[in-house]
Amino acid sequence: MKINSPLEAYKYLPQTNCGECGEATCMAFASKLIDRSGKTTDCPPLVKEKKFAKKLAELDRLLAPEIREITIGVGDRAVKIGGDDVLYRHKLTFFNKTKMFFDVTDTMDEAALVERTKKVADFRKFYVGRNLLLDGVAIRSVSNDPAKFAAAVKKVAEVGIPMIFCSFNPAVLKAGLEVAKDKNPLLYAANKDNWKEVGELALEYNVPVVVSAINDLDALKTLAKTFAEAGIKDIVLDPGTSPSGQGLKESFTNFLKIRRAGIMGDTEIAYPILALPITAWMAGISDPVSAAYWETAMAAIFTIRYGDIMILHSMEPYATLPEVHLAETIYTDPRTPVAVDSKMYKVGEPDENSPVLFTTNFALTYYTVESDLSSNGITCWLLAVDTDGIGVEAAAAGGQLTADKVKDAFEKSGFDLKKDVTHNTVIIPGLAARLQGDLEDKLDARVMVGPMDSGRLPGWFEKNWPPKQ
Amino acid sequence: KFDFANIEEWTTQVQEVPIGNTSADGGSRGKRIMLGGEKALPFFPDAPMPYRNQVTIDVFDMRLGLAKAVKENYDDVMDNPGEWAKKNVEKFNADMITIHLISTDPLIKDTSPKDAAKTVEEVLQAVDVPIAIGGSGNPQKDPLVLAKAAEVSEGERCLLASASLNLDYAAIAEAALKYDHDVLSWTQLDMNAQKELNRKLMKQCNVPRDRIIMDPTTAALGYGLDYAYTNMERIRLAALMGDDELTFPMSSGTTNAWGARESWMVSSPLKEDSDWGPREYRGPIWEIITGLSLAIAGNDLFMMMHPTSVAVLKHMTQTLF
Ligand code: B12
Ligand code: SF4
Repeated sequence: MKINSPLEAYKYLPQTNCGECGEATCMAFASKLIDRSGKTTDCPPLVKEKKFAKKLAELDRLLAPEIREITIGVGDRAVKIGGDDVLYRHKLTFFNKTKMFFDVTDTMDEAALVERTKKVADFRKFYVGRNLLLDGVAIRSVSNDPAKFAAAVKKVAEVGIPMIFCSFNPAVLKAGLEVAKDKNPLLYAANKDNWKEVGELALEYNVPVVVSAINDLDALKTLAKTFAEAGIKDIVLDPGTSPSGQGLKESFTNFLKIRRAGIMGDTEIAYPILALPITAWMAGISDPVSAAYWETAMAAIFTIRYGDIMILHSMEPYATLPEVHLAETIYTDPRTPVAVDSKMYKVGEPDENSPVLFTTNFALTYYTVESDLSSNGITCWLLAVDTDGIGVEAAAAGGQLTADKVKDAFEKSGFDLKKDVTHNTVIIPGLAARLQGDLEDKLDARVMVGPMDSGRLPGWFEKNWPPKQ
Repeated sequence: KFDFANIEEWTTQVQEVPIGNTSADGGSRGKRIMLGGEKALPFFPDAPMPYRNQVTIDVFDMRLGLAKAVKENYDDVMDNPGEWAKKNVEKFNADMITIHLISTDPLIKDTSPKDAAKTVEEVLQAVDVPIAIGGSGNPQKDPLVLAKAAEVSEGERCLLASASLNLDYAAIAEAALKYDHDVLSWTQLDMNAQKELNRKLMKQCNVPRDRIIMDPTTAALGYGLDYAYTNMERIRLAALMGDDELTFPMSSGTTNAWGARESWMVSSPLKEDSDWGPREYRGPIWEIITGLSLAIAGNDLFMMMHPTSVAVLKHMTQTLF
């Protein structure tokens, strides 16, 4: 982004405070543009009225992220990469988390090919109310045979997740593009030998393309520049990923240098970067678990330092689970904790005899408690108190979890302890025990202190529920 | 042509802090470990890192419940802290060891400071690497336990873990100064609290700068690593830009990774999840990725448990070094 204060953005807005964007004033809307929670297209007058066309274009240019944002694939599984504006997540947030593509080859037999692709497509890991997913497959042309490659692409495309086509042979890439014209795959790669032909393919089929120059940032920049001048917008950079020793250190350093230059304003190299942890399998590590660990460790360092998309091999859960969690960790927005709606939730099908518990609306806390209850078959009412997305202990210490807040949450949820249940009892987190007395007064209900860790609720219920009169 | 500029604001060097005294320093350790000294974020091209990352492997003063994958490695030595320490060094390549005096907790065995100190002596005799000494986490008792442990290890320059704002940090600082040790300054994911504690250690307790290491708290992958990572990265960036209340090397309780459900649960509690696979492979990588992330954020010293995790973390950080 070329500007950083709402005032600068405000200059380009209609300044009528018409409210159509949902904000009370143009200035408020300008703040949203600057923190990137709003887009110019959310201001109808700016988009519709001809007299603003010039301002809109200029504003869009000023607001464009430093690192180009690129889409790969189509439909609801399409992914975006790039789009970053900062070098450190606390300075704003990182956008478009690192995307994980897993390799398949055009020499695999059809059943195995489809099975592996489906495994990528179907992967899910539940985490704080959402599913962490894997993103796509990278089809490697091992045969170097256009017909074989096209056949593999055809099969993979049917599964419907984004694809990377991997070959340095333009004829192979073209064969793949022919059978997947409308699928928007990423081409890997154009290098110093084939850039003309591959560049033409990218233009002809209007698809994103990787430019590759191993350990040569001058050459990489020259290639990217040449492509940009030819009218190719969606460029991804491959500076090379060596799997070990000095080579790996050099690769890592290249990622740092490229991203710093891009964020600092060198537009000719301000593109998303591709990392290849898959090269771990060429490092001569004989034991497959060790190779997968090394690949995962490589994925980790490049997830943190500026890899936007990567090609991986191991699909063992001990590799994929930490990979998807780390991408989530680094890319989650540090400005707002992930929170759930503050309301009364049902775990199972509770009735008037079921216990009533509360927790906080910090997503990690809520889902931990919820899964401890539901996976143990405990049917109950679970209230998520609004603590601004802070967990139980930190909120109790920081003042976001008080008896008043709990009372408030009950009132807002419309749940009446006197009418909706027969026992007029609330079970509170062990770490919020200090609220007990105050809550008894404020709610006029019996307050029982539960265990410190919700994982111990099943045992606690056996001993303490139903409450003795 | 590709141009690349160093960051001009990185003007300040992180304090160098030694752990362990050799005979030349008046102690009996076979080697001394150096932490800190960085002039840039770790592994950045702006300036080389003077010292590589170091790993200290845990020893406990009593048998305790550990994740299965961890326990298998230590089952034969868990009743003997000296043997445990030896195994960590000889077999698992520990740069240091940490002896946790958890049995001193009034709710566990309430071992007296004097008896606990014997365990420290035993460990110092068993291995010649530098050691860190940890209490049980009980804020009333830890200062007493650490003071006694500091006394029996006089002159060895151990790392006393930890001084924090919710216990008598002055007593721990005093023991460190009197008996020639370092202090671990521990706060919980709060940069301002970290500044406050460091300031108190320096100004109020007169701890010299080369005796302070910080533990800004490690939360596991999937359980708050985003906070831990960014807290460390911000602390290190502030240090490089001249905040002299934060220019200290950092230490991570990387073993917190074993608290994550993914590292020890047999399988996912949710049936919609893809298969989690065998847990014996999940645990070590959870520890590796938690630690490695913090290495990149600026952490120097890692308190770890699983031998495979130690090996891979060392391999990767030394490759990037
Ligand atoms: C992450 C963290 C933070 C994050 C919070 C992020 C967030 N969105 O919540 C940040 C950095 C913002 C933070 C800030 C602060 N924190 Co803080 N923080 C932690 C830390 C490291 C982990 C807490 C956590 O997330 N746990 C995981 C979640 C899932 O746990 P949980 O919500 O408690 O839920 C569990 C239980 O409560 C229980 N449970 C939950 N609901 C229910 C319901 C029922 C019915 C039952 C029975 C059980 C139950 O089961 C859950 C799973 O085990 C702890 C230390 C630690 N290691 O525990 C300190 C800690 C909680 N923080 C503390 C403090 C003091 C603070 C601050 C006031 C200052 C500071 N030191 O940083 C601020 C206050 C912030 C605010 N409220 O505005 C203290 C609290 C001390 C106390 N007991 O009074 C702690 C313990 C650290 C310490 N020892 O000093 N913190
Ligand atoms: S819609 Fe546009 S003109 Fe209307 S208030 Fe919002 S920013 Fe201003």
